[in-house]
Amino acid sequence: MPVSIKDLPKEKFVLPGDAACPGCPENMGLRFVGMALGNRAVLVIPAGCTSVIQGLAPGSGLKFPILNVPFASSDSVAAGLSSAKKVLGEDAVVVVWAGDGGTADIGFATLSGAAERNDDVIHICVDNEAYMNTGIQRSSQTPLGAWTTTTWSGKKERKKDLPLIMLMHRVPYVATASVAYPIDFIEKLRKASTIRGFKYIHLHAPCPVGWRFDPAYTVAVARLAVETGMWILFEAENGRVSISPPSKPYADKSRRKPVREYLSMQGRFRNLTEEVLRELEKQADENWSLLLKLST
Amino acid sequence: MVLKTLTGNYAVATAAKLARVKVVSAYPITPQTTMVEKLSEMIESGELEAEMIRVESEHSALAAVYGAASGGVRAFTATSSHGLLYMHEMLWWVAGSRIPVVMAVVTRTIGPPWNIWTDHSDVMDQRDTGWLIAFAENNQEALDETVKLFRITEDERVFLPGIITLDAFILSHTTEPVDIPDQNLVDAFLPPRKQPYVFKAGDPLIMGNIPRDLKWNMMMREDIHKAMERAKKVIEEADSLWEKLIGRKYGGLTECYRCEDAKHFMVGVGAWVGDMREAVDYLRDKFSLRVGLIKIRYFRPFPKEDVIKWLNNASSVVVFDRSVSPSVGGPLYVEILASLASAGVRIPVKGVIAGLAGVDVTHEDLASVMLTSVSEVEELGTFKQNTLWFYGGE
Amino acid sequence: MLSDELVLPLAKPVMGVSGKTGTWRLQRPIFDSSKCIKCRLCWLYCPDSTIDINEESTNFITINYDYCKGCGICSNVCPTKAITMSPEE
Repeated sequence: MPVSIKDLPKEKFVLPGDAACPGCPENMGLRFVGMALGNRAVLVIPAGCTSVIQGLAPGSGLKFPILNVPFASSDSVAAGLSSAKKVLGEDAVVVVWAGDGGTADIGFATLSGAAERNDDVIHICVDNEAYMNTGIQRSSQTPLGAWTTTTWSGKKERKKDLPLIMLMHRVPYVATASVAYPIDFIEKLRKASTIRGFKYIHLHAPCPVGWRFDPAYTVAVARLAVETGMWILFEAENGRVSISPPSKPYADKSRRKPVREYLSMQGRFRNLTEEVLRELEKQADENWSLLLKLST
Repeated sequence: MVLKTLTGNYAVATAAKLARVKVVSAYPITPQTTMVEKLSEMIESGELEAEMIRVESEHSALAAVYGAASGGVRAFTATSSHGLLYMHEMLWWVAGSRIPVVMAVVTRTIGPPWNIWTDHSDVMDQRDTGWLIAFAENNQEALDETVKLFRITEDERVFLPGIITLDAFILSHTTEPVDIPDQNLVDAFLPPRKQPYVFKAGDPLIMGNIPRDLKWNMMMREDIHKAMERAKKVIEEADSLWEKLIGRKYGGLTECYRCEDAKHFMVGVGAWVGDMREAVDYLRDKFSLRVGLIKIRYFRPFPKEDVIKWLNNASSVVVFDRSVSPSVGGPLYVEILASLASAGVRIPVKGVIAGLAGVDVTHEDLASVMLTSVSEVEELGTFKQNTLWFYGGE
Repeated sequence: MLSDELVLPLAKPVMGVSGKTGTWRLQRPIFDSSKCIKCRLCWLYCPDSTIDINEESTNFITINYDYCKGCGICSNVCPTKAITMSPEE
């Protein structure tokens, strides 16, 4: 189902004038969800940036049906909602739209449970690599060496590999995506919506405020992540891993742009040491190596 | 009339089945486990047409039930003690969302140390959440009130979730003869599910985002308070209708046992109310004491009017609590004092803390406390000590 | 019905929920239709849905200045620099 940009629906699910920061990748990602799923989507949203992006009730800047839920609960609420729709014979694509906190940390057990049970839910992790909504505190998704308000001298631990963890849950569909590659993301979402069972999509979402770059560069930074091999676009249907077209060239290390180029765009890596840079390059190489071994 | 010997857990599972719940989600915890196992069995055998979501924690259990209920179907869960505390955050969310849901709590004490036996600490800890809270005295009531709660919570005058409690092991694991109402009668009793809104695709409704006007938010809390007040009438109506259709009556929010000529009163909730009944009979037969028992059936909404009515002309009242707020006293004691004070009724009130951590309390224990209290108040006109920690006989 | 009078934590979609967010701008996008190749990337990436496409017009896009937050992404992704950022007055 290759999608062309001119065929993308124009109906607005993110309405102008919401509370998102200028250049916000979550706002961007939500527009893509609207283009992919339209009126079939019902969103379950735990605490995070998007809770606030909706703006103040009784108004909402987002046009989806949205059930806002406690931080650690999203996948379970979604599982219940999905069950109800099945019982009532109503069509709906139940989507959890959770940040890295609600997915990988406080929501981790809930995520793992829903995946293990193969609940009929699409979980999108919109990953801005820190607890942005509460003020840029570190999460398990913050990369090694990054500044946050709780890692002033740079995070000492590496980014927890959620996509591979979800792959090992043996769910029907796992994919990574990026706000710089909307067509890829939309195609993956549409594919996920045709599959019964648990689907996981990890959306890389560079945050101008938390990563410290000019908001004009949200897409540029996201693209560099892929072009340097620091973020790998892939999908796995029933465990069969395939590298997605935008990332394919970078399987060849010599074709990757220097990692330094990606990091130097971000103020959160201002105090990057050579040691940390080498470690990050090594991690990228390891991730590629592992993924290529797993892919067909 | 179909009489079966059922444990409290099986009785409640049967009630959920009769209510035709469509989604069940629970995490096992002693002593709730056999209820969930029975529901699992019923679903897998086809006896109950429902989806079962075998979650990985209690927080997720109520979350799943909330998701299903928000999606428009009857959903049910059960828990105890630490499990209930783990889902505490979700209790507030469900009530604040005004989504009707029914949950059974098998009341069990809270650690440390680990202890599986009964007291009422776990459920009393939920009293501010906005959930209705009903206490079962026996397994028949556990079954009946569970069914009734579906009707009451789904009434548009209420639209709040509800808890049915049953004491750990005393009710949950003890078999009693229980009449299982006919499915047709339950279908006549329970109208199709209603709720204030339903989540569905294509209907862009948003629940729970930050309010612009904080007073509007405060009004939501007041709305819950009003709904809880309105629930009193709805509970009484459900009770009357149940009596009409099924033939059993419970008295609504409270029941007053041998109160007509009583001067001194005992008050309690839960299984030991059964022991209090025996204590009242014993004290009347053996000692000719004019004692009565106020059984509080619903702790939320608190039956303030009933309490004032029954105690208006009382000589004294002893309130038995199976939980305590440190330095204050038991919740039942405190709320009864508040009710009486608000109506200007000044009578001696004693609060007795007993049966915590599963300590067994017999009808003789209860009677001995009353005996002492009654002679004290008849001699002095007051209670020397307003709070008594009672450990019972050996 | 009584339930219509309930005070519920519900909301409905509305444009401009945070007011005229155009007032947030420090810089504004300026569109030069003579350079536009109708690639639609600006529309695709605008985080705030403030770029609309006019399929039949030579003015291929319209920018909603009431709500445009001035992030500059449209200018950054435009392959021909048909959109440039200019300081807000």
